Amino acid sequence: MASSSCLTKSKTSIIHHLKSIKLNSHNLLHTISSPPFPLPKQTTTSPIDSAIVCFQSLYFRRQLHSATSVNNEVHQLPAEAPLQQVLNYPVGKVKFTPKLAFTAGSTEERVPCYRVLNENGQPITDSDSLEISKELAVKMYTDMVTLEVMDTIFYEAQRQGRISFYATTTGEEAINIASAAALNNQDFVFPQYREPGVLLWRGFTLQEFAHQCFGNKYDNGKGRQMPIHYGSRKHNYFTVASTVATQIPHAVGAAYSLKMEKQDSCVITYFGDGGSSTADFHAAINFAAVLEVPVIFFCRNNGWAISTPTNEQFRSDGVVVRGKAYGVPSIRVDGNDALAIYTAVSGARKMAIEEQTPVLIEALTYRTGHHSTSDDSTKYRSIDEIEQWRGDQNPVKRFRKWIESKGWWSHEAESEHHINIRKQLSQAIQAAERVEKPRIADMFNDVYDVLPKNLMEQEAFIRKTIKKHTQDYPSDVPL
Amino acid sequence: MATNLRRFGSIFIRGFSSSSSVLGSSVEAHLLQPPVATGTAGKSINLYTAINQALQIALDSDPRSYIFGEDVGFGGVFRCTTGLADQFGKHRVFNTPLCEQGIVGFAIGLAAMGNRAIAEIQFADYIFPAFDQANTSTMLIVNEAAKFRYRSGNEFNCGGLTIRAPYGAVGHGGHYHSQSPEAFFCHVPGIKVVIPRSPKQAKGLLLASIREPNPVVFFEPKWLYRLAVEEVPEGDYTLPLSEAEEGISCELIDLKTLIPWDKETVEASVRKTGRLLISHEAPVTGGFGAEISASIVERCFLRLEAPVARVCGLDTPFPLVFEPFYMPTKNKILDAIKDTVNY
Repeated sequence: MASSSCLTKSKTSIIHHLKSIKLNSHNLLHTISSPPFPLPKQTTTSPIDSAIVCFQSLYFRRQLHSATSVNNEVHQLPAEAPLQQVLNYPVGKVKFTPKLAFTAGSTEERVPCYRVLNENGQPITDSDSLEISKELAVKMYTDMVTLEVMDTIFYEAQRQGRISFYATTTGEEAINIASAAALNNQDFVFPQYREPGVLLWRGFTLQEFAHQCFGNKYDNGKGRQMPIHYGSRKHNYFTVASTVATQIPHAVGAAYSLKMEKQDSCVITYFGDGGSSTADFHAAINFAAVLEVPVIFFCRNNGWAISTPTNEQFRSDGVVVRGKAYGVPSIRVDGNDALAIYTAVSGARKMAIEEQTPVLIEALTYRTGHHSTSDDSTKYRSIDEIEQWRGDQNPVKRFRKWIESKGWWSHEAESEHHINIRKQLSQAIQAAERVEKPRIADMFNDVYDVLPKNLMEQEAFIRKTIKKHTQDYPSDVPL
Repeated sequence: MATNLRRFGSIFIRGFSSSSSVLGSSVEAHLLQPPVATGTAGKSINLYTAINQALQIALDSDPRSYIFGEDVGFGGVFRCTTGLADQFGKHRVFNTPLCEQGIVGFAIGLAAMGNRAIAEIQFADYIFPAFDQANTSTMLIVNEAAKFRYRSGNEFNCGGLTIRAPYGAVGHGGHYHSQSPEAFFCHVPGIKVVIPRSPKQAKGLLLASIREPNPVVFFEPKWLYRLAVEEVPEGDYTLPLSEAEEGISCELIDLKTLIPWDKETVEASVRKTGRLLISHEAPVTGGFGAEISASIVERCFLRLEAPVARVCGLDTPFPLVFEPFYMPTKNKILDAIKDTVNY
């Protein structure tokens, strides 16, 4: 504690002092190129001590220099007083500079955004892009459409009061599906809540989605969480929690496990621009960098955290620049360009596994839906703005133009797929609605691996109460 | 045990007989006697060494077990992880960045993959950033660790998670190195809360906690790390969680596990003695003693000969200079015993 405050004090003195003198850049350059200043004998002390010693000598030299500059206009330091050029701090070798230069908080140019397809769905010349087969492209497209239709129908179901809540992925279909397509199904997913497309890609059925939203006895989560809180061990997709960003450090722990077991797979975790402000994000990315684990941090920067726009969320150039601060390779990608996302995630996955490193991806997109069914986003943003993003930037339309231009998709196929998915969804909802709720025992199971005595007593108490006042309790929950 | 009585490093409950033999100097003598050797095979060691042995056995007996936290690599600020990084390598025993919620969040993910993740929070006073994860460390502990199995419908669990945290007073810890935050965690279904009172207990309960298929928050009474010494079996053994131990001396009950706690043992004792005194170091209001008191009144109302007494910490932040006044030490306990018996 004493050492660091001493250090700070020295630094402040130097800066203060520098401000008061006339600097001569030529002289200072000369100073820097001078041979190292011999450190005093006590350099057997710790690196911190050395640093302090160095700052003290630096300060001392500066006084000398200013004195000579001001009084004698001498432009060179005495040869017997050279400065230490580089010092091996605990953080690494650091060069000194005589320039009082603060690093900029921002750059004029924002980090560019990697894109493959333009608004017309045509590849940009010389774009780095992986070849994808017709089969893969069609599956990607049809899953994007399925996700779109699922959102529309579940949203309506909520509006009709059939399910209690819903949140759409509208505008982020490419992020969902293309990132999932670039992963291996053995890779583990720690989702936020706007990535059901990853589960869809892995084969979670529309019926399973419906069961969860209706919280019936076939819901993997046994009716305990709100709709859209999906999870499936079979699909290596960890269960959604409403808490924002708590999943990010989990992903790092899971990736450490893969590293230790020398698995040929990685972990991906998704979060939004809002989530990037949480302490969990910062903790997790720093842990991942230090522990060198194969995890992909995928930020869906869709511009809005409920009603908070990104300019009220952070001052940095989005999230991508944070990677550098933590020592994590990073890329910014067009979140509405399925080919760019596919290629970026494929590359990130390869790096993560082969180099055992975290990778940060920031996908720029726009949440064209409301935050959830509990939100009306026209209260805080204009309909024009939303419409703009639903037009040429729409990720599904853009990808469709591309596969159509390849001759892989047609109006007929489109229409057939829509009809088919609508029918499946309608059946899934009707079926899910008819299935009874989880039994009362599931209220108490899974708090622990087995029921402790207090829960046994409470279960017995509830059963007794229900028996006594049957009319006051839901009849669709079996005892 | 007597060490524990003097220092009150762990929660304990006292039920006692109303017979006259309990009164007076015999009680006092009992309370103040030095620990009696248990007679089990093993060397006489202190509590942190017992913790160290348990951790060594945990790492040795399961290759998928890991220990991590701030400064654990060189042995930890309380020396509990001494020698482990050398023996098992820096991949299994390692330092983390200084961030409690990062530690707990990471630990949950590691445990969720089927590993035994043994996370150290350097002081229980610093567990609060983790509250969300366990819900952030306490969040991470409360919202994440505690609900991981339940919210996934048992698709996933982080039962391999054990969070160790030195807790309680130490004589000079002031606000931020003395707190007893166990009641916060006891309010959260899904985690177990365990507090050992002695080296032998610490080793057996820690190994049980590490192997327990549910997440456990394990508070280690830091005052006892060096002070409590007893013979501890050298090998691998576990002690059951949620089983209180009574009759150690004058119907003293050590709950050991607070969640789920062993109501039956306490109830049986109170039915016999008609009296109950609860003591813990954490502040009295909303402390776990209130929960015990309410439960016992529910079950033993007609058998009680006196109001349930609580001798606990005071409702102030932990005060450095005033620590001797704050603590539920022997005079307060003895007076409360006398008051209760003479009620």
